[in-house]
Amino acid sequence: MTRILATAGTEFRIALRNRWVAIAMILMALFSLVLAAAGSAPTGGLGVDRLSVIVASLTSLAVYLVPLLALLMSFDAIAGELERGTLPLLLTYPVSRAEILAGKLIAHLAVLALACAVGYGLAAAAALWADPAATEGLPAMVRLFATSVLLGATFIGIGYALSALSRRPSGAAGLAVGLWLGLVVLYDLGLLAAIVADNGGWFTLHGFPVALLANPADAFRLYNLSASEATAAAAGVGGAAATVPVWQSLTSILLWPLLALALAVAAFRKVIP
Amino acid sequence: MTSTLKISALTKRFAEVAALSDVSLTVAAGERVALLGHNGAGKSTMMKIILGLIPATSGQVGVCGAAPGSAEARRQVAYLPENAAFHPALTGLEQMRHYLSLRGESPSKAMELLEQVGLGHAASRRIGTYSKGMRQRVGLAQTLIGHPRLLVLDEPTSGLDPVSRRDFYALLDGLAARGASILLSSHALTEVEARTDRILILSKGRMVAEGSLADLRRRADLPVLLQVIPREGAAEAVAAALPGAELRADGLVLSCGQGEKLAMLARIAALGDLVADLDVAPPSLEDLYSHFSKRDGQ
Repeated sequence: MTRILATAGTEFRIALRNRWVAIAMILMALFSLVLAAAGSAPTGGLGVDRLSVIVASLTSLAVYLVPLLALLMSFDAIAGELERGTLPLLLTYPVSRAEILAGKLIAHLAVLALACAVGYGLAAAAALWADPAATEGLPAMVRLFATSVLLGATFIGIGYALSALSRRPSGAAGLAVGLWLGLVVLYDLGLLAAIVADNGGWFTLHGFPVALLANPADAFRLYNLSASEATAAAAGVGGAAATVPVWQSLTSILLWPLLALALAVAAFRKVIP
Repeated sequence: MTSTLKISALTKRFAEVAALSDVSLTVAAGERVALLGHNGAGKSTMMKIILGLIPATSGQVGVCGAAPGSAEARRQVAYLPENAAFHPALTGLEQMRHYLSLRGESPSKAMELLEQVGLGHAASRRIGTYSKGMRQRVGLAQTLIGHPRLLVLDEPTSGLDPVSRRDFYALLDGLAARGASILLSSHALTEVEARTDRILILSKGRMVAEGSLADLRRRADLPVLLQVIPREGAAEAVAAALPGAELRADGLVLSCGQGEKLAMLARIAALGDLVADLDVAPPSLEDLYSHFSKRDGQ
């Protein structure tokens, strides 16, 4: 445990020096505030509190930003150590590869959690200031924060795995961007295209919900939209939230980090320094 | 007494290329062993196998009685890689504190270790601002953490100035006196000469010679070089008296076997004041090294 915490401490310090902490916090704060300001318009007609609406908007934001930040912080984790030549020495220390990854994960997740806390906190504060009834939306906000951290853990784990597989930072960066584009952007477009082509057949009824649950980003969106009952304020894939039970999307959100980290450890074990 | 490091019939192949073939050696506690060889002779490969970073193709390696790379072995082995590298954003002190924590030692010893290698003044500067020699010293400092029973040092003195080298070898002497075994590779043959108990010469992945410097000298039986500097105008006379001597700009150079050395010295001394000066150069480690490497068909 000392070794994991020591690694986490050092990695957090590096993230601080590399300005990752500042970049992530400013980015989340800016986007959240913009959403909080823009999202205040439609509340009246929907009959829900202001914070719940903001949670719905923040969910759509987080589904893009959290995986992006997670991948940006993690793609260098192993490939960077290989390129700098720091990995061989590290691996002669009495610390296991899983412990090294656990330490890095804690640090990177802390940066991400900090950024989310600042961003969501600002948005919540803005909502509460404008609408005292918005306290009703607080549980939804807490759920959003917790699942954002889990989503982050998933993509950080995937980032480590890509970093170990590609062994060069440039290659890992390319893979990370490709993966982000694929899972977060193109995946939904593909599903929509499939639904249109399927025209109400088997895929729409059975394949589509499974396909949504299989993607950690979609599971995150489904869970937050259906749990906060704010589907009315959301559009696109969010509309499917009503058809998938909450426990299923929650299970997907909880399982993905474990799967991603197992992948990362397996890939790291194969790296020969 | 069990040996700290025991290697028998070690072979490592990378695809079709044999990096190491049938290498055997043991290193006892407190022994300082130097590994010599060309670039690509297999020195670094052997070290990485000992550290458990890469697997051997065949043969046995025992590190402090454990398998290389096992948690047990890693606790007792310290490593200094060739061109030691660290994260540039960390300070020397932070990096040392991290390494201490990983070995289960108190991070508060970091400053003491850095001072031991002469880096106390730069401890709170980022490693990114360090020179190569300074990074190398951070590398040395981290090998001193805990009480390793085996130190594996790949080119430990590269990038160090002569004074730092002397300090470094003094540190190693202290460690060896406390029972640590040291396996180091070096290109600076002259310093290895004075500072190690045993020399191993690797060539194309084979162990071509092993022994103390005196052993190797005797076995190689290389000629001794004598440089005779004649008095002004006496070069012709001295050359005539010493058949076989080669006349060079700075004097006459002649070589003789170890056994004939004293007889030759007597003949030169007999020339009296025709001779202004005399230098005797025993075969250097460089000569021995190329002798043993060549014998292997290079």
